[in-house]
Amino acid sequence: MKLDTNQLLRFTTAGSVDDGKSTLIGRLLYDSKSIFEDQLAAVTTTSKRKGHEGVDLALFTDGLKDEREQGITIDVAYRYFTTPKRKFIIADTPGHIQYTRNMVTGASTANAALILVDARHGVIEQTKRHAFIASLLQIPHIIVCVNKMDLVDFSEKVYEDIVTQFEGFSSKLYVKDIQFLPISALLGDNVVNRSENMDWYKGAPLLYTLETLHISSDLNKIDARFPVQTVLRPQSEDFLDYRGYAGRIASGIFRPGDEVTVLPSGFTSTIKTIDTSDGEQEQAYAPMSVAMTLVDDIDISRGDMIVKKNNQPTPVQEFDAMLCWLHNATARPRTKYTIMHTSNEQKAMIKEVVYKIDINTYARNETNKDLDMNDIGRVTIRTTRPLMIDEYRDNRITGSFVLIDDATHETVAAGMIM
Amino acid sequence: MGKYYLNYLDELESEAIYILREVWAQFENPVILFSGGKDSILVTHLAKKAFYPSKIPFPLMHVDTGHNFPETIQFRDDLVATLGAQLIVGSVQESIDEGRVAEERGKNATRNALQITTLLDAIAHNKIDCAIGGGRRDEEKARAKERFFSHRDDFGQWDPKNQRPELWNLLNGKHFEGEHFRAFPISNWTEMDVWNYILRENISIPSLYYAHEREVVWRQESWIPVSEFLKLEESEKIEKKKIRFRTLGDITITGGIESDADTLEKIATEVAAMKQTERGNRSDDKRSESAMEDRKRQGYF
Repeated sequence: MKLDTNQLLRFTTAGSVDDGKSTLIGRLLYDSKSIFEDQLAAVTTTSKRKGHEGVDLALFTDGLKDEREQGITIDVAYRYFTTPKRKFIIADTPGHIQYTRNMVTGASTANAALILVDARHGVIEQTKRHAFIASLLQIPHIIVCVNKMDLVDFSEKVYEDIVTQFEGFSSKLYVKDIQFLPISALLGDNVVNRSENMDWYKGAPLLYTLETLHISSDLNKIDARFPVQTVLRPQSEDFLDYRGYAGRIASGIFRPGDEVTVLPSGFTSTIKTIDTSDGEQEQAYAPMSVAMTLVDDIDISRGDMIVKKNNQPTPVQEFDAMLCWLHNATARPRTKYTIMHTSNEQKAMIKEVVYKIDINTYARNETNKDLDMNDIGRVTIRTTRPLMIDEYRDNRITGSFVLIDDATHETVAAGMIM
Repeated sequence: MGKYYLNYLDELESEAIYILREVWAQFENPVILFSGGKDSILVTHLAKKAFYPSKIPFPLMHVDTGHNFPETIQFRDDLVATLGAQLIVGSVQESIDEGRVAEERGKNATRNALQITTLLDAIAHNKIDCAIGGGRRDEEKARAKERFFSHRDDFGQWDPKNQRPELWNLLNGKHFEGEHFRAFPISNWTEMDVWNYILRENISIPSLYYAHEREVVWRQESWIPVSEFLKLEESEKIEKKKIRFRTLGDITITGGIESDADTLEKIATEVAAMKQTERGNRSDDKRSESAMEDRKRQGYF
């Protein structure tokens, strides 16, 4: 493993128990030799107790007690494996409709989404839902795995029909990169190793695809945005006048000498240094955590954003967003919520629900506009003070927000700015 | 020619620094839970980086079971002195003396579960609103469901089925008085990542992690160190072995493995070839299939 260049790839898996999602994850972990002997022993014992033949790969992803008892995934679980080429983080999310909120959560940080389709059933309602969420959350790469090919005699025609079906409806979605793969998670065909049963498929197996996805360009390198998390003032002898603005670069590239504007105040200055504890940096880009010092003494605090002078986000108090409702208390338009946007926090309200969207058919509903748990709709948000926003499509960090209920402190909604 | 992407260790480091800075910005009185193990040492190292050139703005809090490796306590005291940090100690012995908890009985009695009360008492007593831990999601199936910011109710309990969703990098640390949070900046690190990073940064760790000669007995499939707390069974005999520890907990429950790895390079190589999970040598996890989940629900680390 090359420590200095190997990248991290985060992907989400969407599908229900019946799609073979857990089996696929188990297969990836098992065939990439990420399973330890004691884990294997435990799963082998459980498989026998449950009367399964051989090792039930799906058991590797078992989580909480209730999930084991009910045989379902309730909450997002994170799994890890490493190959000589990359480190992977899997956000394993349940696929049932009532768990849309978990799928959205897993998707929010993913570079890639695996969508599983059962070869026997083809594209179903659930497939459309998963594709919609992947596109809504702007996951840069989608890999459609047509699974259980062993149950359709590894038929090229079955596979091609499903690809056609999928392309048919997904043309309505905004997806940057989409690939298709015929696999059998149960037998291992085209997961880590190339299938010997499907000569007609000339593409690479899944793991190779994941190892080589081009992800360096996924992050926005154009619009330089630096939300300030906190201010470092050591006031020690060596750093008497040091005032470092600490944060993680949301997008773009900053260099010492760059002319910057501080928002919302609008003051301008020049970057003096970009510091980490390893020394001064010649440049900083997403997602680096750094501290910046400026040439001029300006009052800057948490919630402010440092941007390049010639490329600024829009300050707005009213904007439209796609909102996914995450809580069992229905959305209350015209009620005050706290909005968290980058490191900034303000009061906000849902001025209006424009429409609710049926995530299975993509139809807009302009009559019933109540946003309940797992509903997604287009809303107009109004805030008490301006937020520095970009469109979510351009910037996943400065284009996203959550709403928090002040009475319960619960996170009740996730928004993507349009 | 510039490269505009981070390698995975840099990305994990940057994520952890981001989380530590969020803790500092969102809470009044956070502490780092410090056990003397490699994960809490790593978190402390990352905190040093996150706030440089300022000092670490958090005290370290140690829940002292009284069943320590002497090396761990020595390491803790040295580190605290070097950092110039404040140390808060919660004592399980005091909890026992005060009648808050009772010692377990039986052959494999430990003070592991007793720590929960001491921890929650120390959190309440010191008015701590966020305890930063070195928990990792790859350690155990219940931990795979942990959030970066994990809510605890006013009884210190975790409700895994009713957690706040965590999207993008937006962390919601809002809480009512009496409630607190646990923050896990190295959630996304695996054991291997931790060792590769310790090696890269040359982070100082207790000598117990390096191979050394020690008196041990063979019990529950691993080498348990001889200490004043160990009660020998008739069939057990004390042997001298070259061992090292993969994780550190109480001296009574932490088993060692036979090893010659006496440098960080050798340890990293050894870990990469490991066939057992690291908690396989911890008898606290062997009690039942949901041992960790049950303890975590009550307020465990």
